[in-house]
Amino acid sequence: MIQFRDVSKVYPQAGAALDNVSFHLRKGEFAFLTGASGAGKTTVLQLIHMQRRPTSGVVRVSRFSSDRIRRREIPQLRRRVGVVFQDFRLLERLTAAENIEFALKVTGTPRRKIAPRVQKLLGQVGLAARAGAKPTELSGGEQQRVAIARALATQPVVLLADEPTGNLDERAKNGVLDLFRAINAAGTAVLMATHDAELIRRHPEIRVLELERGALVYDSVVREGAA
Amino acid sequence: MSALGDAAIGLRRSPLLGTLAVAAIGFSLFIIGLFALTSYNIHMALTSAESRVEVVAYLDDDAGAERIQLARGEIGSFPEVDSVRFVSKTEALVNASNQLTEFSDVFSDLDINPLPASLEIRLLPGYRTPEHVTAVADRVALYPFVEDVRFGLDWVNRLHRLRRVAGGTAIVLGGAFALVAVLLIGTAVRMWVLARAREIDIMYTVGASEAYIRRPYLVEGLVTGLLGGVLALALTVGIYFLVNRVLFEIAWIPDLWVIAGLGAGGLIGCLAAARAIRRELRAIHAV
Repeated sequence: MIQFRDVSKVYPQAGAALDNVSFHLRKGEFAFLTGASGAGKTTVLQLIHMQRRPTSGVVRVSRFSSDRIRRREIPQLRRRVGVVFQDFRLLERLTAAENIEFALKVTGTPRRKIAPRVQKLLGQVGLAARAGAKPTELSGGEQQRVAIARALATQPVVLLADEPTGNLDERAKNGVLDLFRAINAAGTAVLMATHDAELIRRHPEIRVLELERGALVYDSVVREGAA
Repeated sequence: MSALGDAAIGLRRSPLLGTLAVAAIGFSLFIIGLFALTSYNIHMALTSAESRVEVVAYLDDDAGAERIQLARGEIGSFPEVDSVRFVSKTEALVNASNQLTEFSDVFSDLDINPLPASLEIRLLPGYRTPEHVTAVADRVALYPFVEDVRFGLDWVNRLHRLRRVAGGTAIVLGGAFALVAVLLIGTAVRMWVLARAREIDIMYTVGASEAYIRRPYLVEGLVTGLLGGVLALALTVGIYFLVNRVLFEIAWIPDLWVIAGLGAGGLIGCLAAARAIRRELRAIHAV
């Protein structure tokens, strides 16, 4: 479903960010993408989201390929790929429900379908009772749940999360990870970038892709398959 | 929701920036409106003065009515000529004594009328330039019974110089102010788009199409430009009434200019928004 084939990315100013990276994330799979700061995690997510294009190699996401996708097809791809960020990126003037509604509205969801879908998503992330609260009235964990609900609004096949627990305390962190697992169990693939070694250690059943200075140095699935 | 609804929400959400943009467009177009008002009134005054430009052909006393009638017909058919009026010796004397009342006694004591008959030739608008006036005068002077031709060349030349200077000044200053208006609007709209960079970023992230992202900003630009145009119109109307009441009478600009001004406001707002949103999207959407 997501395939990196010999992907390299070089930024004109900052230099090489990825070096010949290849991996395959299957439909409904859950994986951690780890590595130190600057290892290339965010670049991998940006390439999947087609926010950037590889310098060489090919990134395939569902039926879209980085070497063939047209600019006008990118919104279609993005509706299949939900994204969650460390800083939540919620609109502070809107309530939790309105933040989710915003995503549905701007992607052309028919008006009559928006309200029931927002209710369903808020229920899914456990925030039905907080629908009318603005981001500033929510805890970090709750804000991240709203961001996750928004990312799920377009019913994506894969959810990308860029350090989603980076700003959360232990309890909220576990809550968000449990939510990701529930989403994954419902059939959505999850690729979660994190440098939290403890979190990864506590979940040995989840696949780990490790980057170091732009190179993929460890893939637990490959290692297990090779063993 | 419609782009117009989104645009209205957008304007309500950032009322300060929206007001700033409307004010920028409004004051810039107001300056252009003042120039339009001034230029139009200069134009009207010059047209009125120009309409008095005429060529006067003084005739020999023995010209003969038949030849004069024939010449009137021929001169009247010149493409530059609007009308040809024959002024008889008697009429010339009456006119002179009416206009020069201090010499009325002199005129009444005359045994012989010394004033010549003449043909007063008025030219069509567009032909009241020094070149055309001279050309008509030269042709009229060829008639053997025409003793002298007068048309006040210096006066015609001065009038045209004044008109050229007024027109050139209006074009240069109007153009400069229009450019300032475009820059101000561009800056206001850019600030306004930058204030919503996060919103645009989220739209991209969740998969909104570029056309969808651009549309409300273009509508907002259009609405802001039109509101700015209305503000400029209100200010210009205010100045028009003030000048008429306090200083002197001036004419109001043609309706077509007003419509063009409002349209220009909308167009400038829309184009400035399009430019700003394109730059902003490029910055957010670096690939």
